[in-house]
Amino acid sequence: MKAKLSSLWQKLFGDSVRAFGVVSIVFLMSIAIAPAKNFFSEWRHYQHGYLSLIRNRSEANTLRRHFQGGIQQIWLPELGVVDRCTSCHVGLKEASLTDVAQQPYRKHPAIPHNLDQYGCTICHRGQGAATTVAEAHNSTLAWEQPILPAKYIESSCGQCHRGPLSGTPQLNLGRNLLARQGCVHCHTVKLPDGSSMKPTDDPPSLSHIADKTTREWIYAWLKDPQAYAVTSTMPNFKLSDDDARDISAFLIANSTPVPGDTAQVSAKPSSDPAAGTSLYGESFCASCHAVQNAAGNIVGGDVGPELTRIGRKAKPEWLQAWLRNPRIYDPPTAMPHYRFNDAQVATLAGFLQAKTDSDLLANVHLDSVTPEQIAHGKRLVSDYGCASCHEIGGIKKPENFAPELSRIGSKPTTQLIFLQGMQHTLPDYIAGKIRNPRAFSPGLKMPQYTVTPAQIDAITTALLSLNDRSYSLPPSLAVAAPAESDYQPAGKAGKLMTDLACFSCHRINGHGGDMAPDLTWEGSSVQRDWLAQFFKNPGTLRPALIRRMPKFNLTDSEVNELTDYIMTVYQNPAIDRDSMPLSGYSQGQIELGRQLFYGKYSCQGCHIVDTKTDKGYIGPTLTHVGARLTAAWIYQWFKNPQALRPGTIEPNRAMSDEDARALTAFLMSQKGGGKQEAAKK
Amino acid sequence: MNRFATGILILSVAALAVTCSRKADSAPLKQTGFGAAIVESSGGKQLAQTGTSLPQPLVVQVNDEQGTAVPRVLVEFSAAPGVTFDPASALTDPSGQVTTNVSLGGMAGRYQITASTFDKAHKKVDLKIGEIALGYQQTLGRRLNDQYCDRCHNAESTAEKVSNYDNLEVKPHPFNEGDTLNKLSDADLTAIITYGGPALNKSALMPAWGNTLKKSDVQALIAYIRAVADPPSRSAGPLFTKPM
Repeated sequence: MKAKLSSLWQKLFGDSVRAFGVVSIVFLMSIAIAPAKNFFSEWRHYQHGYLSLIRNRSEANTLRRHFQGGIQQIWLPELGVVDRCTSCHVGLKEASLTDVAQQPYRKHPAIPHNLDQYGCTICHRGQGAATTVAEAHNSTLAWEQPILPAKYIESSCGQCHRGPLSGTPQLNLGRNLLARQGCVHCHTVKLPDGSSMKPTDDPPSLSHIADKTTREWIYAWLKDPQAYAVTSTMPNFKLSDDDARDISAFLIANSTPVPGDTAQVSAKPSSDPAAGTSLYGESFCASCHAVQNAAGNIVGGDVGPELTRIGRKAKPEWLQAWLRNPRIYDPPTAMPHYRFNDAQVATLAGFLQAKTDSDLLANVHLDSVTPEQIAHGKRLVSDYGCASCHEIGGIKKPENFAPELSRIGSKPTTQLIFLQGMQHTLPDYIAGKIRNPRAFSPGLKMPQYTVTPAQIDAITTALLSLNDRSYSLPPSLAVAAPAESDYQPAGKAGKLMTDLACFSCHRINGHGGDMAPDLTWEGSSVQRDWLAQFFKNPGTLRPALIRRMPKFNLTDSEVNELTDYIMTVYQNPAIDRDSMPLSGYSQGQIELGRQLFYGKYSCQGCHIVDTKTDKGYIGPTLTHVGARLTAAWIYQWFKNPQALRPGTIEPNRAMSDEDARALTAFLMSQKGGGKQEAAKK
Repeated sequence: MNRFATGILILSVAALAVTCSRKADSAPLKQTGFGAAIVESSGGKQLAQTGTSLPQPLVVQVNDEQGTAVPRVLVEFSAAPGVTFDPASALTDPSGQVTTNVSLGGMAGRYQITASTFDKAHKKVDLKIGEIALGYQQTLGRRLNDQYCDRCHNAESTAEKVSNYDNLEVKPHPFNEGDTLNKLSDADLTAIITYGGPALNKSALMPAWGNTLKKSDVQALIAYIRAVADPPSRSAGPLFTKPM
């Protein structure tokens, strides 16, 4: 061995010339390493590939003219972006490459931003400065930011755009879910604009729960909320039997009665077995409350709680008092105060009480309560942070109960503890944590939520948008969310509108729900007589709608109060409702309007004027429109419907003044049998 | 030297153990039946945003020569890289069906999914199913379609969304009617949407949307119409298939 080595040494370095030669060769080779690495670099390989890809295309000359060899870079100092992605992704801006499926040569799909203005990594993440695929796309030891999977890409829009966007349904959904599933009750989320995300669900107060339901129901509910109502957003805390027993004992013992929230109605329910069903239907309860039908489908709205098994939950005397006036038990409830008479209350309560199933409480047998159980229950209630969501008498809402989620989208993976078999990326961690929180440690307090995979992806998307960049963005780039209005109407009418929960469905001055029409300009829009009549007997304007205005059994003075307020206050400053007459248009003009209606503008596609011939079911029926709307409103509506009601689907036809006037005359002549009907009632 | 050899021995034993344990991990799917054909039960031609899962699972059924469903047949799903299946392979249930949840790849376009099994003669039986991934522009177009177009252009009626299609004297073209709509150029579609049906001598029941929708909205709608066309439009972008 030694001999061999020494002979090799002799051969290479035996004399000075040999040694010089060998050293020179080694030296030259080491100098050549750098250019060779460059020559064999990945981006050069991809650029060669691109050139051979475009060689045979008809527009090869144009493409070749656009092509620039060498390392390409988008440098945006203001955003801290140095993106060399375009060194390999050479065809990004080539409009003609639509048929190329092969990466990295695909054309970038159409987006509302210019690539040169924003670079790549702001949306896609990854290492912009890297020049190899592995370093640019994957996380390495030195660089932490892998490419964002396509399904979370909308999170990047959310870095700058703080409000909903029409092109980002997933981000919008995720943000809604964060607020609606109650995440932000426990987790603080400070938004980049300094405000905190507010919950939009309304967990009921538990301070008076013994009035409303039984200990057995609370026990069954705590064990599995979705067994009672599949749509419930209450998570499952996976409590042991003893823990559920003790919490229910504490809640009942802790409950204080509310005067007047239980009542025995003297009236008997209607003898007609179908009366309950029809009262439930007439009152449009299903606009807000869902029921699971025999096929397992959820039918109805999601404003109020699901009622599939309400009879198992509500105490009969509480339910009757609630139906009579829900504001006694829960003053801010979204439920309107229907003015039901006693017979109606008894009928509807009887109908709801019959909604049960046999097995929910079948196996719940609770022994009488001991003081130890109550004390233990109280301890559990504060341990699990129940008061973060629910108001519970004597228990303070805990502050910062769960980790803050602001900037969660930039959390370094080195600080995360992953489950076995899980991909080591931040999105996978967040999604995994939402999917099954207790898998990360059985001692964790975070409960199990009932969310679909698509909802998990949406929530993850929304959380990923809360990253360092979104907080350090130059203010000029941030697009603020539309300001939330907390408009409240004033005076007696305002109180009445709160009592009727108008804002649960209608929006006025930016505040309220979107189930029913926006009433901001209602006073300019409708005629007083029609409005008063509508309150007394709300017929439907759109025959195809299943959600409609319920009848509240208002008194005449209440109707007057509301009508006067709406007619005076909800006026559009641009419309003088007396500027055009309600009737007296010339026959010629009406006839011209009719021709425009059926000819040039073909309004019958969506509206009905003549019930015998017209079939349009999209817009409101116009048979009585002349007795309903003001002429000035109709005219302005023709000129620009979106200006009066943003987002309405009535197209803006850019009508000439003459056409608009003639059509207004025609519609104002459609007074239907309105007067006769009114007389009948 | 001796140490070195021991090291190698230990390593190879460990490697062997790992491979063996892996094999043991993936529970063997014991196939007992063989089918002659795979047919689609539901879940084809769905739309989803790029990278997201399809709204409904994909269900295929394995039939024998007589057309009766065969239980316990192994079906494997495959598609272009980026498409994921949960599960990627499974045995048919007692009714001969396999259900899988599909997530589409990150690029907008049409995706071809292959469901395959082996028949008695160990010959491969394939079923190809198409799904559509919508990019940003098509997603925006879909939203606009839902808001403005769908009530007339879609004949399917639900309680929540009653279709106006049957009420119209001149029937609108559903947007997936590729045979008709693929013949119209982008410029023609833009003209019809912007200026209404009469712009191309078509029905005035189609109103002009040019004052309601922005130019970019019209482009987004056309991108959506191209994406959902069946048979596919040439401008729908590439078809992503399993690499051969």
